[in-house]
Amino acid sequence: MTATAVRVDTAPAARTKRRRRSLGWVAVLPLLAFVAVAFGLPAIAMLDGAFTAKDPATGATSYTLDNLTTSLKGAYLTALLGSVKLSAVSAALGTLVGLPLAQAVVSSRFRALREAVLTASGVLANFGGVPLAFAFVATLGNAGVLTRHFGLTDKGWDLYSFWGLVIVYLYFLIPLMVLTITPALDGLRVQWREAAQNNGATALQYWRFVALPVLLPTLLGGFVLLFGSAFAAYATAAAMVGSSIPLVTLQIADAISGNVLVGQENVALALSLDMVLVAGLVMAVYLPLQRRSARWLA
Amino acid sequence: MARLNLWRWGVLGLAGLYFLVPLAASVVFTVDVPGQGLTFDAYTQIFATDGFVSSLLLSLELALATIAVVLLLMVPAMVALRLGAPRLRPVVEVVCSLPLVVPPIAFVAGIGTVLKWGPDHLSRTPLFETFVAIQNPDFPFVLALAYVVMALPFVHRALDAGLRAVDVRTLVEAARSCGAGWPQALVQAVLSNLRGALLNASFLTLALVLGEFTVAQLLGFRPFAVWIVNVSGSQAQLSVAVSVLSLLVTWVLLLVLAGFGGRTRPTSRG
Repeated sequence: MTATAVRVDTAPAARTKRRRRSLGWVAVLPLLAFVAVAFGLPAIAMLDGAFTAKDPATGATSYTLDNLTTSLKGAYLTALLGSVKLSAVSAALGTLVGLPLAQAVVSSRFRALREAVLTASGVLANFGGVPLAFAFVATLGNAGVLTRHFGLTDKGWDLYSFWGLVIVYLYFLIPLMVLTITPALDGLRVQWREAAQNNGATALQYWRFVALPVLLPTLLGGFVLLFGSAFAAYATAAAMVGSSIPLVTLQIADAISGNVLVGQENVALALSLDMVLVAGLVMAVYLPLQRRSARWLA
Repeated sequence: MARLNLWRWGVLGLAGLYFLVPLAASVVFTVDVPGQGLTFDAYTQIFATDGFVSSLLLSLELALATIAVVLLLMVPAMVALRLGAPRLRPVVEVVCSLPLVVPPIAFVAGIGTVLKWGPDHLSRTPLFETFVAIQNPDFPFVLALAYVVMALPFVHRALDAGLRAVDVRTLVEAARSCGAGWPQALVQAVLSNLRGALLNASFLTLALVLGEFTVAQLLGFRPFAVWIVNVSGSQAQLSVAVSVLSLLVTWVLLLVLAGFGGRTRPTSRG
């Protein structure tokens, strides 16, 4: 605005501006059109299918809430709760472990270590999946190296269990926490610590009354993000445990491919809708928290 | 201070243990086979194993297609948002974050439903041909379309970080007043300044496509990650060997990228 105000000949400037605006539309339009087709169509199909029932005898379709109620009953409900429990436990542990690790990395004098850890975190947080599952099977599975070496099976260890999955999930959740919390730790000013020390505060008091309150929105946001990430994870669990542990992602996969019962596709879509609602809730909590932490640490 | 250092190294050491032991144990698992002793068969067999080359090639082709499409869509849009039309910026930001709300498994459930419309409703229309074409098992373009959607958040973040570091408007105006035409100004002045961000976005997309399992498996295609799982039943050592290799290769690629593009400041937060 100020740029045009100081110009003497406003007419050509206005024309350039208008051309720029239309250029903006022309360049953004393909992106929006693509997302509308490649993302919008499946999303609408999911929404439509979740509320549709097909009569097997006549082939007629009608709108109903049956799929949604089915998706919240029996084995499906168990799976949903199992996913929530697994995600909550691993997200909490990931937060608790990620914070000191990030602090150790941030306060380190070695720049190379910091770069390596952050890059590795970026890789591990997003691209674990199948290779990660197999690395853990080779390490702690029934025939895994550590299992054989230490005879862990006799001591009651089982990788293909709830806690086994938690340990595997932490492998990508802790890096995600490190990535989330590092900018916030960078934003903790040295002056705050010095001011606290000058006022006679111990290190513990500094953390309890200064650092943690400032970090709290980021920590909570990170927890929610970790929860969402664990909740959506499918590849790792599928490659590792098959469907021996009730998880909503595994249930959806079974229902889509007709592994257990035929004709459960619409229940799968209803379960997917449940997942989207949970993920949406996660984002609705995460974004305001992130904005709040950004205000302090700008 | 000494106590602090001890504490820091303790934490780093424990974390290093947790993150490195599975990798090391996997390597041991592949070379120390019970009953056979030390053997490198798992690694020498990789290339000879049925399906390795074809599935890896398929994944690489899909990655190339995905990168091409996502950059063609995103780069003009993001640059245009900087030049004009700032009002569209929140729209694009929301659109690019949407895939984060829909987990891959829910997304693929929706895609599967859409693909079923083909035989169910569209068999007499020309659209049906398109539906068949994008599901060609030799090159399932539908996967590339899905991956473009899934890559949008990463690519948006990478390009946004890159664009934040350069003043696009000034660059274009400077190039224009030096006599460059619009295309020249955009390509030579803007894109060459975005090289790091473009590389970053491409590598993140490459890593995403190479490791992607959910969508491909549930739509019944067989790129790299699906092949690893399929082969694991009969050849455990081999599947672990390939897993470790793929993890290490991705890791090295992105480390190289971080050293290359992030020398001034860390951009690889993604």
